[in-house]
Amino acid sequence: MTTLLDVQSLETQFATSGGVVRAVERVSWDVQEGETVALVGESGCGKSVSALSVMRLVAAPAGRIVGGRVLFKGRDLLTLSEEEMRRVRGREIAMIFQEPMTSLNPVLTIGRQLTEGLEIHLGMDSTAARRRAAELLAMVGIPDPQRRLSQYPHQFSGGMRQRMMIAMALGCDPALILADEPTTALDVTIQAQILELLKDLSRRLGVAMLIITHNLGVVARYADRVNVMYAGRIIERATARELYANPRHPYTLGLLKSVPRLDVPRRQRLDPIEGQPPDLTHLPPGCAFGPRCTFRVERCASEVPPLRPIDAGDHVTACWQAERVVKTREPQHA
Amino acid sequence: MRDGTLTIERAGASTTTPSAPLLEVRHLVKQFTIGGGMLGRGHGIVRAVDDVSFSIARGETLGLVGESGCGKTTTGRAILQLDRPTSGQVLFEGRELTTLDDAGLREMRRRIQVIFQDPYSSLNPRMTVGQIIAEPLAVHRIVPERAARAARVRRLLQRVGLLPQHAARYPHELSGGQRQRVGVARALAMEPSLIVCDEPVSALDVSIQAQIINLLEDLQQELGLAYLFIAHDLAVVRHISDRIAVMYLGKIVEIADRRALYEDPQHPYTKALLAAVPIPDPELEAQRERVVLGGEVPSPLFPPSGCVFHPRCPIAIDRCSREVPALRELRSGHEAACLLAGLTARSDHE
Repeated sequence: MTTLLDVQSLETQFATSGGVVRAVERVSWDVQEGETVALVGESGCGKSVSALSVMRLVAAPAGRIVGGRVLFKGRDLLTLSEEEMRRVRGREIAMIFQEPMTSLNPVLTIGRQLTEGLEIHLGMDSTAARRRAAELLAMVGIPDPQRRLSQYPHQFSGGMRQRMMIAMALGCDPALILADEPTTALDVTIQAQILELLKDLSRRLGVAMLIITHNLGVVARYADRVNVMYAGRIIERATARELYANPRHPYTLGLLKSVPRLDVPRRQRLDPIEGQPPDLTHLPPGCAFGPRCTFRVERCASEVPPLRPIDAGDHVTACWQAERVVKTREPQHA
Repeated sequence: MRDGTLTIERAGASTTTPSAPLLEVRHLVKQFTIGGGMLGRGHGIVRAVDDVSFSIARGETLGLVGESGCGKTTTGRAILQLDRPTSGQVLFEGRELTTLDDAGLREMRRRIQVIFQDPYSSLNPRMTVGQIIAEPLAVHRIVPERAARAARVRRLLQRVGLLPQHAARYPHELSGGQRQRVGVARALAMEPSLIVCDEPVSALDVSIQAQIINLLEDLQQELGLAYLFIAHDLAVVRHISDRIAVMYLGKIVEIADRRALYEDPQHPYTKALLAAVPIPDPELEAQRERVVLGGEVPSPLFPPSGCVFHPRCPIAIDRCSREVPALRELRSGHEAACLLAGLTARSDHE
């Protein structure tokens, strides 16, 4: 496999009345061709801003990418002109958002929204674009595509709109799709449909995918590799199997322990992570997770732990005490 | 087991016999009239809640699950009389709520409280946390004296895991989890016997959800509270509920004890819901058989004939499009509204 996207020491900040928010703090991750990678974390951890930074869609003037490189097929996207960047967006890297209604234009037909990109990026004429648009709708499982093309977004259900977003994203044969909480707004049975569709299409078409989510179940089902973020930093990375079987950061371990699961006997009590997520304008000097961490030692309050290799493979963790962080076995099925 | 250790400590709470349920909902219907505007399009009647019956015992948690638009939130609102039911009965502590006048409703609302999904939009941003919690105590003259109210607020804050100094803060100064704790404290202030919890943790981060769930469970143990726990997260509902009702398009399609519902679901919709929940374990997910329910929830304006689930049902037969299945008791306390329930269970195990 070759590296498709290589994000290096990315730094994105926001100026707020409360001070500078270091939303993404020297974060590095990559996506190989055809691979599905997850960015996991809770609200405010920097996962969405990471994706928006790749697309250079961070809202200026408050938001600014202040450092790092975003190498896509070897080219640093941060050095491209706005004109060149427009050709990358939608054409080579597509994005799917959580709430399709807010990213679709309510006054344009479904057909027009699909053909626009095809005409601009691929230079199709309107007849060819319309034919392709119908194919795309059929591909994402929307019945009766010809009729659907002349409808408006409000005539689509939530699940249909998300299918339509996927059709738009796939329209120009991108190499990479950034999917930001693509199923969070959907019901559980529709969520399952959309995730199956995404996975199936990405496999068949060889598209690489970055899934941004807070849902550990979604990650387990669909991601090859996982990056866990906390307070603007990646604090652990491993293959999905390794991460769930052998988490080596107290935050990852805490997340996995805190969610109730349907596949294990019900526990008498849940095991939450105590405390609150940190205020990003006033991060503690050491490890941002330190104040909530049960493995905390003195060093954690003063020194930020760097990502370092642990165990086999490409498993890395940012914890001074990682050697002590070991998952106890789940009780087996009764 | 939990029921046996409960003590009902509040005197004068009820005149009903101990065996009577705390809340009994009988044939509840809530209709909305839709459209009829200038364009005259889409005019129709939606039966958001369509003949729903269940009961909740003192100290018990009934989980109400289903997808958006299934009527679970409307059911909660109809019980609270925030939306007056179209028909049916809501008996709470032996009193019929649907016919109460305003004074009666005010009194009732001391005993049934509600916690909403988004604590941010349900807390007045211009009031301090202390004022938010104290307000109902003053309005209902539960604690008329100012100093005594302040003391009560401090105790309530402590009980929900906040500090006395949080009383002086405004909602925007708190995190999501802390705000939901304020919502819980406000509900507790009235000393209710039932709290309707409408998606109380779904807006919270994963690491905070468990904190709030534990808090709700602790309070239930201490105070003998009953909960109607409305949620879409099946894993959370299994954790907190004693019994669970599954709703689809305004109807209860299955109701059972926690164990029976999760280990031996009888309705095809319940089975599909459980199968759709991803499990946070890649090894298990890789082995799991993927049963994806096709189609979408139909418009409640035009509900399908017969069983409302039949267009999506993997085991539907001809009869399902003609006959409306009634909730049938398959085993003690386990009811499902499916013509084939009970008949299919056997073949599933083969």
